Amino acid sequence: MTALIQPMPNATVETKPDPAPVAAVTVRGLSIFFGNHAVLKNVTIDIGARAVTAIIGPSGCGKSTFLRSINRMHELNPDARMEGEIRLFGDDIYSRDVEPVVVRRRVGMVFQKSNPFPTMSIAENVTVGLRLNGERNKKTLAARTEESLRMAALWDEVKDRLHAPAISLSGGQQQRLCIARALAVQPEVLLMDEPASALDPLATQKIEDLIIELKKDYTIVIVTHNMQQAARSSDFTAFFYLGELVEFGPTTRIFTNPAQKRTEDYVTGRFG
Amino acid sequence: MTVSNHHWRKARNVFMQAFTFVCAILVILPLLLVFFYLLKQGAGSVNWAFFTELPKPVGEVGGGMANAILGTFILISLASCLGVPVGVLGGVFLSEYSHRRLNWWIRFTADIINGVPSITWGMVVYALIVLPMKGFSVLAGGVVLGLIMIPLIMRTTEEVLQLVPNGYREAALALGIAQWRVIVQIVLRTALKGIVTGVMLALARVAGETAPLLFTAFGNAYWTHRLTEPIAALPLQIFNYAISPYDDWHRQAWAGALVLILLISGINICVRTLTRDRFSKRA
Amino acid sequence: MDNHFELGLGELRQKLLLMASRAETAVNDSVQALMQRNFDLAAKVREDDDIIDQFEIDIDDLAIQLLTRAPLASNLRLVTVAMKVSQNLERIGDEATKIARRARDLAQEPPVKISLDLPRLAGMALAMVKDAMDAFVQRDSAAARALVPRDKDVDVLNREIHAALARHMMEQPDTIARCLHWIVAAKSLERIADHAKSIAEEVVYLCEAQDIRHHLKKAGAAPAE
Repeated sequence: MTALIQPMPNATVETKPDPAPVAAVTVRGLSIFFGNHAVLKNVTIDIGARAVTAIIGPSGCGKSTFLRSINRMHELNPDARMEGEIRLFGDDIYSRDVEPVVVRRRVGMVFQKSNPFPTMSIAENVTVGLRLNGERNKKTLAARTEESLRMAALWDEVKDRLHAPAISLSGGQQQRLCIARALAVQPEVLLMDEPASALDPLATQKIEDLIIELKKDYTIVIVTHNMQQAARSSDFTAFFYLGELVEFGPTTRIFTNPAQKRTEDYVTGRFG
Repeated sequence: MTVSNHHWRKARNVFMQAFTFVCAILVILPLLLVFFYLLKQGAGSVNWAFFTELPKPVGEVGGGMANAILGTFILISLASCLGVPVGVLGGVFLSEYSHRRLNWWIRFTADIINGVPSITWGMVVYALIVLPMKGFSVLAGGVVLGLIMIPLIMRTTEEVLQLVPNGYREAALALGIAQWRVIVQIVLRTALKGIVTGVMLALARVAGETAPLLFTAFGNAYWTHRLTEPIAALPLQIFNYAISPYDDWHRQAWAGALVLILLISGINICVRTLTRDRFSKRA
Repeated sequence: MDNHFELGLGELRQKLLLMASRAETAVNDSVQALMQRNFDLAAKVREDDDIIDQFEIDIDDLAIQLLTRAPLASNLRLVTVAMKVSQNLERIGDEATKIARRARDLAQEPPVKISLDLPRLAGMALAMVKDAMDAFVQRDSAAARALVPRDKDVDVLNREIHAALARHMMEQPDTIARCLHWIVAAKSLERIADHAKSIAEEVVYLCEAQDIRHHLKKAGAAPAE
C-alpha cells in the first residue's frame, strides 16, 4: 500500500507531503462560511498529484465541505462564502473569470449514494457528461464509453447489455458506473465522498482496489469515516477536526505514530 | 386479560371493520349512481348520429353534438397551449431556482387562484378579450381554460420536481453540465411521467368547466371555422339543452353528459395506466 | 464497545507484568539455588517454567485477538510490542531454567574453590530486567534508552568470569566439568541481560515509534555480542 513512502522522523505537522513533487491542488488559507457559521477555518494543504489523499475526521468536522470546495460544489448552498485560495495545477479556480462549470469538468466527483440517472441506459449514463456538453461524434462516444467502463472495472460485467437501464445494476455496480461516468469527461482530479459507505464488504473491496488502480492516472481525494479504509487505500491522510486541519502526512505515519495528540485520540477511538 | 375481554375486543373489531366498509361503499355509491343513471338515461341516445351530426333547429327531432364534442377537444387543446408551457415553466422556476420570498408569494397566489370560482375567470376574460374583440370566440374560451390550468399544472409540476432526489442534480452539476441543461435534460426527464400526470389531471378538470365558457366561447349551433368565432362545447351544449323545454333536447343532454363523463374517466384511466408503468423491473 | 477494547489492552499489560514478575523470581531463585547449592529450589524453578511458557501463549493469543480489531497508532504499537516482550520474557525464563539445571548438577558434587563475581553479574542482569519492565510500566523512554549501554558492562564482566574459570580449569583439570557448569551459568546470565536490553528497545519503540535495534551508530546503542 504505502511501501514507497518512508515514515517521517520528525514529529511536526506536515503541510507538504513527501515525496510527491507535484501538487495537484494547492489550498492556502481556505475558510468557508455558511451564513455566519465558519465551517472551515484557515486550511492550508497541498494535495499530491497521482496519489490518493484521504480526509478523515468526526462528523461535522468540515471534511465534506472541504472536498466540495475543490470543485466549487459548496456554492450550491446559497449562504456559502469563501476566503482564501485554491489552485488546480496552478490555476486559481475561484478567480472571477472562471466559471464553476469549467472547474467541474476538470474535477470529477463521486457521491456516497450511487445516483445513475434512472431514465438512461448504462451507456447513456457513461456519456451523459460528454453529450450534454456538446459531444456528438458517435465513434468518440462509443470509444469513451468502453474506455471509462474498463477503467471502472465494469466493462466485462456490462459489455453485453450497454443499453439496459442503469438502475438494473446492483449497488456496487451502480457505484462503479458513477465512477465511469465521472471518468468519461477525463477530469484531472477525482473527488470521492464516502464512495463505499453504502456498499457491502465485497463491493467495498472492489472499489478500494479500483482506487489503487486509478491513482496511476488520476489524483484522488477521498473522504471517509472508516479509518481502516483510509489506512488500506490512501497514500496521504489529512485529519480535520471542528473545521481545522489538525494534521496531514503519509498515511503510515498518521496511523502508526501521529504527531498531534488530537489525531492520536481520534485514531485510537478515544473520541469521534 | 380475561376471556370476556377478548370477546368484547373481537366484537368491537368486527364492528369497526363493518362500519368502515359501509363508509367506503357510501363514498363510491354516488359515483356509481351517477354513472349508472347516466347510462340508463343517455345510452340509448349515444349513437353514430350523435357523434357526427350537427344539432337540428329547435323543434326538430334528431341531430347530434358533433360540433360540441369537437369543440371541447379544440378548446382543451388551445388551453394546453397556454396552460402547459406557462404552468410547467412556472413549476420549474419554483422548484429549481430558489428565491425564498418570491417563491413563497408565487405559491401563495397560485393556491388562492386555484380556489377562485371558475365563473370569475369567465368574467375576467370577458372583460379583457371578448369586449375588445367585440365577440365571443374560440380564442377567449381557450384562454380562460388555459388560465384555470396554469396554477394547477404549476403546483403539480413543482411537487413532482421536488420528488426528484437532489442526488441527480448534484451528480449532473458535478459533471460540469450547465444548470439549465441539468434541469431540462435530467430533472425534467426524470419527472416527466409525473408532469404528464399533472397535465392530464388539469385537462380532465377543465374539460368539464361550463361557467367560464358561458362568457367566452358562448356556444355555436354550427361548425366553427375561425378562432375568432364562437364555438360549441359539450358542457355548454348540455347546459343549454337541459334547461330547454324540449324532450328531444333533454334526451340529447343526457347523452352529452354521458359522453362527457366517459371522456373525463377516460383521461383519468390513461393517467392511472401511465403511472403504473413507472415500476420498472430489476435485472 | 471501545471500553471493551481498552479493557483488552489493560489485560495485556497486566499479563505482561505478571509474566515479568515470574521471570524475575525465576532468575532470582535459580541464582540462589546455584550459590546456595539448593537442590529443591532448582527443581522448583524448572517446574515453574511451564507457567511462564503458558503466559507467552496467553499473551500472544490476546494480542492476536486485539489485532483483529485493527488497532492504530499507540494501541497498535502496544500490541506488537507486547508480543515481542512476552517472547523475551519467556526466553529469560528458559535461561533461568538452564541456570537451575546447572545448579542441580553442581549441588550434587563438591564445590569448586574459586571466588567468582557471579552474584554481581546476576545482580546486574536482574536489575536490567527490573528496570526494563519499570520503563515499560511508566512509558519512560529515557530510562529505557539508558539501559542499553549497561549490556556492555555485563558482557565485560561475563568475559572476566569466563577468563577466571578458564585459568582455574587449566590449573586444576579435575575441576573442568564443574567449571564448565559455571561458565554455562554465567553465559545464561549474560543472555538474560541481552533480553533485558531487547525489552528496553521495544519500550523505546512503544513510546517514540523509533526502532533503535541494531543501530550501531545511534547514541545509547551498544553493538550486540
